[in-house]
Amino acid sequence: MTESGGLHGAPGPAADTMTVPGGGGRAGSGAPLLEVRDLVVHHGQFRALDGISLRVFPGEVYAIIGANGAGKSTLLRTIAGLHRPTAGSVLLDGKPVTALRPERRAARGIVMVPEGRRLFESLSVEENLQVGATYARQGPWTIERVYEMFAWMRERRKQLTAQLSGGEQQTVAIGRALVANPRVLLLDELSLGLAPVVVQRIYGMLPQILATGLTVLLVEQDVSQALRVASHIHCLLEGRTTLEGRPADVTADQVEAAYFGLADAASASRPGEGGESS
Amino acid sequence: MTWVNAIIQGVLVGGLYALFACGLSLMFGVMKVVNLAHGDLAVVAGYLAIGVIAVIHIPVLWSFVIVVPLMAVLGYVVQRTILQGALDRSVLTTLMVTFGLSVVIENGLLQFFTANTRGIGAGLPLVTGSFSIGSIQIGYLLVVIFAVAVAVLLGLQYFLSRSKYGRLIRAVADDKEAAQLAGADYRHVFGIAAAIAFGTVALAGIAYGMYSQLSPTTGTDTILLFAFAAVVIGGLGSLWGTLLGGVVLGVAQQIGAQISISDETLAGFIVFLAVLVLRPQGLISRRAQS
Repeated sequence: MTESGGLHGAPGPAADTMTVPGGGGRAGSGAPLLEVRDLVVHHGQFRALDGISLRVFPGEVYAIIGANGAGKSTLLRTIAGLHRPTAGSVLLDGKPVTALRPERRAARGIVMVPEGRRLFESLSVEENLQVGATYARQGPWTIERVYEMFAWMRERRKQLTAQLSGGEQQTVAIGRALVANPRVLLLDELSLGLAPVVVQRIYGMLPQILATGLTVLLVEQDVSQALRVASHIHCLLEGRTTLEGRPADVTADQVEAAYFGLADAASASRPGEGGESS
Repeated sequence: MTWVNAIIQGVLVGGLYALFACGLSLMFGVMKVVNLAHGDLAVVAGYLAIGVIAVIHIPVLWSFVIVVPLMAVLGYVVQRTILQGALDRSVLTTLMVTFGLSVVIENGLLQFFTANTRGIGAGLPLVTGSFSIGSIQIGYLLVVIFAVAVAVLLGLQYFLSRSKYGRLIRAVADDKEAAQLAGADYRHVFGIAAAIAFGTVALAGIAYGMYSQLSPTTGTDTILLFAFAAVVIGGLGSLWGTLLGGVVLGVAQQIGAQISISDETLAGFIVFLAVLVLRPQGLISRRAQS
């Protein structure tokens, strides 16, 4: 647990069997596109993540759920490279990226839409997209394609992003990430501060985005929303995994127990899961 | 007529102040570095020009072509090494580091060039020549400097609003973490911004050497203070604000000098204080401009 991720060699079979629950047969199974192994992250003295492992397969919508402070955003930010883990590793295509800065990870295809949109406020809509496209990988997404998907954006491309509504800003933030042509798109709390109907509309775009061959890893506080869109869910509680599986395979009671950390959370979680033990 | 003359001289010298101020404003706006060595860099550029002219015997104006790019490269290197290292620690560290740089530069210059004042290009027609409109005498040099300042600001404006790196500079100034997520290495972008700042202040430093006299301490006792005043009067983060700030400062100084020659600097700083009290965001604030 103390070795730094950058030192990881080829994926070891021991790590695989240790963390992955029995229920295989995942969509596009084979090699995972993105893998996190035994990730430990500290904020100062506070252990925000305590040995998190996950595997995201190509074409999946992998949702991380959990209450406030469970470590969801920390996990996503660590995968994007904004936090340095104390231990553990992040691998893309089996190759460690743990030592890379966020901009190098973006170049490899890990691109995040950060919490709170984080648009460049003194730049126009189009300029925001242009910044996203500056260091883009080869791929299907261009600014033109984003405009085709969202016709309103072309009409308002000269406006500053502050003049847009929250939902429109979130869409521009997604567009800015898409034009970089990510392989894995990380979405951090898309629904934050948005009206439910707007959240529905934004999540409604996911199939179109997935159709271009992307894989999505998202963090969502709204559990029912996550269960609707995800092909795989992963519940965190106080920095630990409490539940993992396909939405169809977990019951509402299990999710509730894992989310709130009720006494029977360990027994409710899937076989092979560590539950509360560490 | 002496008042009209004072105002015209003030406006023209304001162009020089704007050249000093725009780099200071850029470095603060983009990487939140308050560069206390900014004025000393101008003096370094001036002494470099003096050295280059003396050693390789080129015409005075060619020194700009050599020294300005040299200082721009130095700006990139200093930003990527010393300043980035300080920024990674804290804002206060950065302030201390630029203060330290200022002390080192001044004492280095004293060591090598003594405390004597020096001018650049004394005797050139451009430096000494003037033309008159009615009873008003206007020096060619100040007119040229003002024109260059406007051209530099126009160029900078165009670069920042239209070019790829200009866009990245603005993006990084807004949110460097979000820029990283978009694949941009903000350290490199900071380096480019510093290169521009060092280049413009080098240009201003040599011009100042032609307009007045340089000594190792001119950087902090004159240039840095005037640059700060111009930035604060004009409004932080606004390019045209720095020109307006420079012009207001220049006019205030010239009017002060008309009242009594010893009031020149004082009058400038009274305006500076008045703006700080009455309109702390500056005459042109960044928000209002967009």
